[in-house]
Amino acid sequence: WWHVPVVPATQEAEVIEAELRSTKRWELTAEGEEIAREGSHEARVFRSIPPEGLAQSELMRLPSGKVGFSKAMSNKWIRVDKSAADGPRVFRVVDSMEDEVQRRLQLVQGGQAEKLGEKERSELRKRKLLAEVTLKTYWVSKGSAFSTSISKQETELSPEMISSGSWRDRPFKPYNFLAHGVLPDSGHLHPLLKVRSQFRQIFLEMGFTEMPTDNFIESSFWNFDALFQPQQHPARDQHDTFFLRDPAEALQLPMDYVQRVKRTHSQGGYGSQGYKYTWKLDEARKNLLRTHTTSASARALYRLAQKKPFTPVKYFSIDRVFRNETLDATHLAEFHQIEGVVADHGLTLGHLMGILREFFTKLGITQLRFKPAYNPYTEPSMEVFSYHQGLKKWVEVGNSGVFRPEMLLPMGLPENVSVIAWGLSLERPTMIKYGINNIRDLVGHKVNLQMVYDSPLCRLDAEPRPPPTQEAA
Amino acid sequence: MPTVSVKRDLLFQALGRTYTDEEFDELCFEFGLELDEITSEKEIISKEQGNVKAAGASDVVLYKIDVPANRYDLLCLEGLVRGLQVFKERIKAPVYKRVMPDGKIQKLIITEETAKIRPFAVAAVLRNIKFTKDRYDSFIELQEKLHQNICRKRALVAIGTHDLDTLSGPFTYTAKRPSDIKFKPLNKTKEYTACELMNIYKTDNHLKHYLHIIENKPLYPVIYDSNGVVLSMPPIINGDHSRITVNTRNIFIECTGTDFTKAKIVLDIIVTMFSEYCENQFTVEAAEVVFPNGKSYTFPELAYRKEMVRADLINKKVGIRETPENLAKLLTRMYLKSEVIGDGNQIEIEIPPTRADIIHACDIVEDAAIAYGYNNIQMTLPKTYTIANQFPLNKLTELLRYDMAAAGFTEVLTFALCSQEDIADKLGLDISATKAVHISNPKTAEFQVARTTLLPGLLKTIAANRKMPLPLKLFEISDIVIKDSNTECIQYVGAKNYRHLCAVYYNKNPGFEIIHGLLDRIMQLLDVPPGEDKGGYVIKASEGPAFFPGRCAEIFARGQSVGKLGVLHPDVITKFELTMPCSSLEINIGPFL
Repeated sequence: WWHVPVVPATQEAEVIEAELRSTKRWELTAEGEEIAREGSHEARVFRSIPPEGLAQSELMRLPSGKVGFSKAMSNKWIRVDKSAADGPRVFRVVDSMEDEVQRRLQLVQGGQAEKLGEKERSELRKRKLLAEVTLKTYWVSKGSAFSTSISKQETELSPEMISSGSWRDRPFKPYNFLAHGVLPDSGHLHPLLKVRSQFRQIFLEMGFTEMPTDNFIESSFWNFDALFQPQQHPARDQHDTFFLRDPAEALQLPMDYVQRVKRTHSQGGYGSQGYKYTWKLDEARKNLLRTHTTSASARALYRLAQKKPFTPVKYFSIDRVFRNETLDATHLAEFHQIEGVVADHGLTLGHLMGILREFFTKLGITQLRFKPAYNPYTEPSMEVFSYHQGLKKWVEVGNSGVFRPEMLLPMGLPENVSVIAWGLSLERPTMIKYGINNIRDLVGHKVNLQMVYDSPLCRLDAEPRPPPTQEAA
Repeated sequence: MPTVSVKRDLLFQALGRTYTDEEFDELCFEFGLELDEITSEKEIISKEQGNVKAAGASDVVLYKIDVPANRYDLLCLEGLVRGLQVFKERIKAPVYKRVMPDGKIQKLIITEETAKIRPFAVAAVLRNIKFTKDRYDSFIELQEKLHQNICRKRALVAIGTHDLDTLSGPFTYTAKRPSDIKFKPLNKTKEYTACELMNIYKTDNHLKHYLHIIENKPLYPVIYDSNGVVLSMPPIINGDHSRITVNTRNIFIECTGTDFTKAKIVLDIIVTMFSEYCENQFTVEAAEVVFPNGKSYTFPELAYRKEMVRADLINKKVGIRETPENLAKLLTRMYLKSEVIGDGNQIEIEIPPTRADIIHACDIVEDAAIAYGYNNIQMTLPKTYTIANQFPLNKLTELLRYDMAAAGFTEVLTFALCSQEDIADKLGLDISATKAVHISNPKTAEFQVARTTLLPGLLKTIAANRKMPLPLKLFEISDIVIKDSNTECIQYVGAKNYRHLCAVYYNKNPGFEIIHGLLDRIMQLLDVPPGEDKGGYVIKASEGPAFFPGRCAEIFARGQSVGKLGVLHPDVITKFELTMPCSSLEINIGPFL
């Protein structure tokens, strides 16, 4: 017999061919051998009981006592007299018996297992007296590369082989190129933040300066009032916005500017009718978790307005925003907002559309169209739609508009300066890009790290993956 | 964005032609609407309550149309049709007229008791109206849409509509103690006091949402006619006596509220929309409202306002070159009757009472652009030349992220909001010691506070990934929020973000040397040499409830404490449902800018 593992190894070199042939047969276990030799446990118990009977306690001490007793009982070979004077006593019931178990095992031992029925064999197997043994054999013949002079193949090139030049004469074992390589030990960047890096890159390529957004806590003033969003606006409801219990209020606001904002809301001005309601400072002081990064844009534009003379700017930001919303597969209480802002003299709606076209082209989105929309702080406003090849329909990819004069003029920006802006979420394009249907699979502590490990590079202008089966909202 | 549901066939009949779904979708898109869903009553019920309940329901096709939140004039079939017909130049915008009645004017007298609860009221009369079932349904539905949107769920304005023929004026709008108000409300068979009603409506799925508006006030608003019949108890319910039906011919409309401007807008919208069905179309009978100071006003206002906008301003804002005449035509298609006047560059625009959303020239510019067609505007690139700059903190963050990954650590992204337990109890701290900002209205415990440390998020990420092969090496660079009493900043809100870098090593052994080595690597990247002198960094034995005793050190760099590293306390590990030793590092990267 050849040692089995050698066979496949040689087979690989095709020196010989080996064919696997397996056969099955029945064998006795060690216990089965013993029974074939000395009789079944129950038979041995039967035999050990003299005509005058045997104390049950004594019987139990015999080697076959426990197993044999219950089997002999169920075969009705013996009986127990519990009323005997010195404890229960066991008596024979029959004079003689046939030891079927021993006979059957002897048949198997004699190579006549086939004489037993399937049921009998399986009963013996359950008693662990019989075992089915599979015998594997290899049928070996000459292979296509058969040779009588076998030289051992080298597995790898070694420094010694290089220095001695022995590699020239040695045969090398071929590699299995179908096997996987060993992945490098490495760290990984998070897919959503890889996309964030690409968006930053796009804005920087387009000459946009990054705004500071490192303030999650904002006053209602900067988040709403400065944007000409009236104090009764539904977005300012407890249902939509996280307000703060501590610190509950912003104590310092730029009061001159606050007064101009108040007047514009309540009475109008700067060519506006205003909203004509009683504007309350207390409402503006209420702290909240910013609901959009536009609050940071408002701060940036206010700072810009304080610098004289006015210089045109292009700004962007990408950061977290918070909504006290009902959560579902595509909505979380926090997400990232991407925002672009351009302030210059004489900007038009055509400029906004032109810059959106350039921006989305860099994302690999070329088929755009624009729908009139309503935002409280932009007018005109337009939603940006792109044709999704996978979903076969137009999907909204962003929102945009020209900031209202009621927002810009109280800040102190010159009247002929227009500010165009657009925004989109970071999560949605990422979900589409990576084919993710549930936002929890992308953001937060419940993500599968394997997804992070396996995520490809983010190249937004490259061909997308096949689309998700369900539309990401 | 409000959604208006209209019967498709009724809509097409009113538009005088049919459309395919695609054609109608296109028309909506162009006009700034969105055909959100094509459905039927049957489909809606079957979706919400199952096929069995839907069995008898109508399968008339419904269009659900999303309407911009400021276009109250498009919240019903009548308004949508009028808007689209004018847009397509199939009809001219109707002119709404307020007329004095032949007989006595209906009078609504406001008493001074209303001042503290709901001080404003306006009223009007629709004479000789002719309802059908569909028109009546639309009338009721419009009130509901207005209530949900501009009326802010009846808090700002509440509408009551009454069969005038069952009442006799003058009417009194007053406020009384709830126990003194008694009437038979809509859909009830007997009289109740206001106190009883408020109790009954606590279990009413529709009305329970409005109770809070007056619930705890000593006096409730109520409107009586001259015989003491209750018209309504705004903003909760109308009286049954004056209920309108499909057969009602004369309607008295009152709007009460806390916002006078919005009450007037709401009244204007209702009467402009439904005077279409009056014998004298688009004509509304005036009503007089006497305020507590004795001054009396006539409503509805139905005010037409004139605005002047220069044609070149519109062209300049949109980026088109249209003649003033063309621009006037475009605006007229948007329900804003316009004509060129003066030097030939001035456009005079008439703002009708239906377009309360037009408050500035920019609103007019937008309408011109919509009528021109957004997608017909020539795209151009602004010539604005600027040099880009990164925000320094984000620039440093980006650079560090790549090198953290290169050092073998994997980036995670965890939530900025969490429970108090995450940042306090689980780390062995008292919440008061965290200086966390607290959210006043979280829906669940997950949003009680803003995180004060990144560590809990990382540990929760490990807990969700316990099946992954060890070791787990994770990091995050993101902001935490701390209450801050530094009032120097002019835009002070009382809290501040700090940019933290946190890393954890989770394995069968604590691996302190690995986290320590990572710190050394980070300092190398930040060009901070080891050493106690001012420019260098050093770690010193320290204590912290989150760390195993004797296995914690504070990190000092450039002369200040920047964070801590160490082996986490077994209690912390257990509380985050972890089983293996873990070491961590968390520093503020602000000082390294």
